[in-house]
Amino acid sequence: MDFKGSDTIPGPRTEDHLPPTAEAAVKIVIVGGFGVGKTTMVGSVSEIKPLTTEETMTQAGIGVDDNYGSETKTATTVAMDFGRISITEQLVLYLFGTPGQERFWFLWNGLFEGALGAVVLVDTRRLEVSFDVMDRLEERGVPFVVAVNTFPDGPRHAIEDLRGALDLSADIPIVECDARRRASSRDVLMTLMRFLHSLAVEKAPV
Amino acid sequence: MTPPQRRRRFPKAGQEPEPPTPQEGKAQDPPEGPKKNPERLYVITGPDGAERSELDLVTLIVAHADPPPSATPEQAALLRLCTAPLSVAELSAYLSLPFSVVTVLLTELLTAELVTARAPVIRQALADRSLLEAVMHGLQRL
Ligand SMILES: Nc1nc2c(ncn2[C@@H]2O[C@H](COP(=O)(O)OP(=O)(O)OP(=O)(O)O)[C@@H](O)[C@H]2O)c(=O)[nH]1
Ligand SMILES: [Mg+2]
Repeated sequence: MDFKGSDTIPGPRTEDHLPPTAEAAVKIVIVGGFGVGKTTMVGSVSEIKPLTTEETMTQAGIGVDDNYGSETKTATTVAMDFGRISITEQLVLYLFGTPGQERFWFLWNGLFEGALGAVVLVDTRRLEVSFDVMDRLEERGVPFVVAVNTFPDGPRHAIEDLRGALDLSADIPIVECDARRRASSRDVLMTLMRFLHSLAVEKAPV
Repeated sequence: MTPPQRRRRFPKAGQEPEPPTPQEGKAQDPPEGPKKNPERLYVITGPDGAERSELDLVTLIVAHADPPPSATPEQAALLRLCTAPLSVAELSAYLSLPFSVVTVLLTELLTAELVTARAPVIRQALADRSLLEAVMHGLQRL
């Protein structure tokens, strides 16, 4: 184990401490392919500089995709970025960015358990990555919204064309965003929260 | 330009499975995974890593004792980090240790009663509307 001596451990800065009253946390997961803007989105809304938690992947026979060529590793370290938003003195929201490719799904077990919901960040240059992700979320019963961030070199599709391509029913929100802008990322999270709220109302009408 | 086309495998997009017996005002267990029970936080079910403990990435950890002389350097570092509440994910990040390793260390500290764990609020089969509203209000202030 590569453990640094405890004297050298950098802890949270004073302003990054949670109040002693913090008693509960909730989480939202942002999932998407490589370079789609997960870290950017986490960072643009987080009150702390995004942190990274790592997990070691030890399974053999990990699937490969065009991003890693033919390289098959037996042990890989996978990093997950996350950020934090204090909601009240008691409640904290954590945002986790996680890669969407199938070989990283082992990360999802603890991650999605109990998560409020997910944002699927869609890259129009590599739409296929999000197909399996959405299947998987549906299978797990994790509610999600779709956010499309617009890259200058990415193909543009009308939202309704995307809805058809992604085979999403009409109630699932699809929004465009610029993950670099805090207000835009915040709006994506609000869209998710409103969607979750509508599901809650649907299930337990007043 | 025509985008590639997905073929959906699960028909009920974005919907959770129906809770088996919906009860008015009563929270249901999550549809999958082990039941979150704070009283069982001390349990390690196996060294293989399949189910180490009931610790979540967003369980908040608070130390309530100084590191005892018997503490390992890792445990001492952990205890110093969480004098104020800190999530397991943050502990993992600051210590540069994988989540799985941190949960093992924390389980030792929980057993020794040197830290307490504040269980996360988890998504219920019947989502808690007031929780969702609180989060929305918090986001609006951003
Ligand atoms: N135009 C545009 N660029 C973006 C947007 N979001 C992210 N970027 C840029 O895209 C690049 C990759 O963003 P990251 O946030 O690192 O993406 P990621 O998903 O975390 O990438 P990996 O962790 O490497 O998989 C950066 O240079 C960002 O500045 C967006 O909404 N619009
Ligand atoms: Mg990233």
